[in-house]
Amino acid sequence: MRSFSKLLLIPVLLVAFVFSNAEAQIAVKGEMVYTMAGDPITDGVVLIKDGKIERVGSASDVSIPSNYEVHEAKVVTPGLIDAHSVVGLAGHLNQEHDQDQLETSSAIQPELRAIDAYNAREALVGHLRDHGITTVHTGHGPGALISGQTMIVKTAGETVEESVVVPAKMLAMTLGNNMSREISKPGTRSKGIAMLRQTFIKAQDYLEKRNGEEEYSKDLGMEALADLLEGKLTALVTVHKANDIMTALRLQEEFGFPMVLDGVAEAYLILDEIKAAGVSVTVHPTMMRTYGDGKNASMETAGKIYEAGIPVAFQSGYEGYVPKTRVVLFEAGVAAANGLGKENALKMLTIDAAKLLGIEDHVGSLVEGKDADIAMFDGDPLEYVTNITGVIINGEKVK
Amino acid sequence: MLKPIRSLVLALVGVLLFGVNGFSQSTPQAFTGAQIIPISGEPINNGVLVVEDGKITAVGGENTRIPRNADVHDVSGKIIMPGLVDTHSHIGEGDGGDRSSALHPDVRIMDAIDPRSDTFYKARAGGITSVNIMPGSGHLMSGQTVYLKLREANTIEDMLIYLDEEKTIYGGLKMANGTNPLGGSGFPGTRAKSAAMVRELFVKAEEYQAKIEAADGDESKMPPRDIGLETLVEVLEGKRTVHNHTHRHDDILTAIRLSEEFGYDLVLQHVSEAWKVADEIAEAGVPASIITLDSFGGKLEAAEIKNANGKYLEEAGVLVGLHTDDGITDSRLFLRSAALAVREGMSRKAALESVTIANAKMMDIEDRTGTLEKGKDADFIILSGDPFSVYTHVEQTWIEGSKVFDRSNEDHKKYATGGYEVFRGEVHTHHEMGGSQ
Repeated sequence: MRSFSKLLLIPVLLVAFVFSNAEAQIAVKGEMVYTMAGDPITDGVVLIKDGKIERVGSASDVSIPSNYEVHEAKVVTPGLIDAHSVVGLAGHLNQEHDQDQLETSSAIQPELRAIDAYNAREALVGHLRDHGITTVHTGHGPGALISGQTMIVKTAGETVEESVVVPAKMLAMTLGNNMSREISKPGTRSKGIAMLRQTFIKAQDYLEKRNGEEEYSKDLGMEALADLLEGKLTALVTVHKANDIMTALRLQEEFGFPMVLDGVAEAYLILDEIKAAGVSVTVHPTMMRTYGDGKNASMETAGKIYEAGIPVAFQSGYEGYVPKTRVVLFEAGVAAANGLGKENALKMLTIDAAKLLGIEDHVGSLVEGKDADIAMFDGDPLEYVTNITGVIINGEKVK
Repeated sequence: MLKPIRSLVLALVGVLLFGVNGFSQSTPQAFTGAQIIPISGEPINNGVLVVEDGKITAVGGENTRIPRNADVHDVSGKIIMPGLVDTHSHIGEGDGGDRSSALHPDVRIMDAIDPRSDTFYKARAGGITSVNIMPGSGHLMSGQTVYLKLREANTIEDMLIYLDEEKTIYGGLKMANGTNPLGGSGFPGTRAKSAAMVRELFVKAEEYQAKIEAADGDESKMPPRDIGLETLVEVLEGKRTVHNHTHRHDDILTAIRLSEEFGYDLVLQHVSEAWKVADEIAEAGVPASIITLDSFGGKLEAAEIKNANGKYLEEAGVLVGLHTDDGITDSRLFLRSAALAVREGMSRKAALESVTIANAKMMDIEDRTGTLEKGKDADFIILSGDPFSVYTHVEQTWIEGSKVFDRSNEDHKKYATGGYEVFRGEVHTHHEMGGSQ
């Protein structure tokens, strides 16, 4: 967990404190248990103690202590992970007062923290939770060159402090023709890149000062960019067209910071280039509307990226109208049916997303010692007509 | 040079002989081995479907007689069901009334639709064979809607579904209440004003109708032609259905109240808060065309929408249909909309009807399409599996005996999956047009 600084550990400990000991110990029995760490277990059992997974195995090997509350389901998976959303900053009402995912006063604002705008009680967070999604990478949305920071939360908790897992994870960036019209500058793609390059060059100078002996005046935006250049933050670049994806990779090569490509509707045109760059991808929702920069989106893209061996996870993305959020479980289902396959879709929803977000030591698979985040289903998790029968987060039954 | 010209001539002869679809209408087509879901009855395992001259000539079990000259298609393991009917869509890149007025009964969306729009390919890929394309909901009356068969077409006339013998009526009338039509010069500022403006215009239409009746065929006594009022007279005479966009429970009841005052046929559209007034809708005997979504929200008056609306309306005894409202949901995934309703408790039977016969009834075309019955139009789809499974694909779409989509053809499949330069037109997202959902 290289990315966890000391500061970041405080909320993690808080989460552990809030959820530990308070709840009864739980056993979850599943006719099929997808641990995502080895083959699925038929008639499996997951024991949960103090918010963590205590033991996982076949019902014939694992006996359930008598004081454990038992839950049964047809299918059990790790809690699902949404690798990029804006829920909690964007609310369901779609009124000015519940839309905090994009500040339009200027094009570059890396100092904006997601934790200062996240509404843990937002109904859309509950909507995702009810669909088995227990961890969400959320924060500032697309629409500005650098719109602000993102964070990782659990979908439980009533305050951001209770929910947060990683308070600052990535810097949300946007390239191409997806800029908000409310931001006057840049007016062209190349101007946008010039602005970003000049900003990163300033950040390089700032970082030099920060690492030097002499006093310097602190700049919150530059602090975030210096963290990016040092690899403490990752650039999350929303971009769709192949030429703009190449531009993103060019920036990454020039400044050397870690990058996740987000959306990438035309990724299938340049899979080799993306793979060679060593970046990860949060692929656009499979059912994304085909217009604007994303008009060439394909339902087969997730499968093609996976097949190419590029680290990839699902996102719910950003929706400006109806519906106000997508659900990665649904996007995964349609991707599974369009070349990805069911097992790969489940991996992308769980352990692969956890690895992409750097939280695989805590979540993403049913392994002893990890957080007890579990989704229960009455059938194939990806089927439209399957219902989620239970959700557990940090050992607490939340649905 | 000669050869290409000759093949061009041959191709033209082919078009003349077989029509634009390139498929002979005179040879019967028989489909065997599939499970047939006729909607009009129980599913038939190992069924036989025979179509000829654009019509269904036989549906039955494995012993159904197949004409000797028929082309036989073995579709064992597949599912055949009626072509899907969508009661509310914005495909075709059409438009409706402008901002000059809140009331445009004179405006026809058929005058603005591009029959070559790639959105039609998209809809065929989703198994949709009949559709009600509507103008938006930013007006109390945004214009006349158009009912289309998604035949391969050069002109909009090639696609029209005529409802009368004179071939003058081929759609309904779009109305809207709630917040979308509010605001701006010439537009209402409140809900009560909205209702008053609609009532006022219908009163005028009743007077216009009375003058026409009083003229009793005497041309000299006829009132001056008013194409807007003429349309409303068609509504008053029950020849043209009102499709009323409505979300909030009280707006739903207002839409019903106005339809009862003037006695017109009403289909409630969207009906987001139907779960609150399902019994009242049932009592009024008004059908409801609803939508299922990946999440609630995005629009204030639709914030309390439930995917369980289908279940509540079914339980109350309402005729329930589903619609795509494309681009709010995607025509390629119309069956998914029904599956999401099943997920929330609607019966499989009602959900299957909600994308077929229920919608055909709302468009008064139930005697032509919506079920697989002898004598009806040969509108059907061939599915790879259960209609409600995420893993199922629409493999073929047939309209009036012609195949208009075949997933095994890469040039067709791309409209099902998307890809590089497949969709050129912009999707009608409503968002930038002031909201339509």
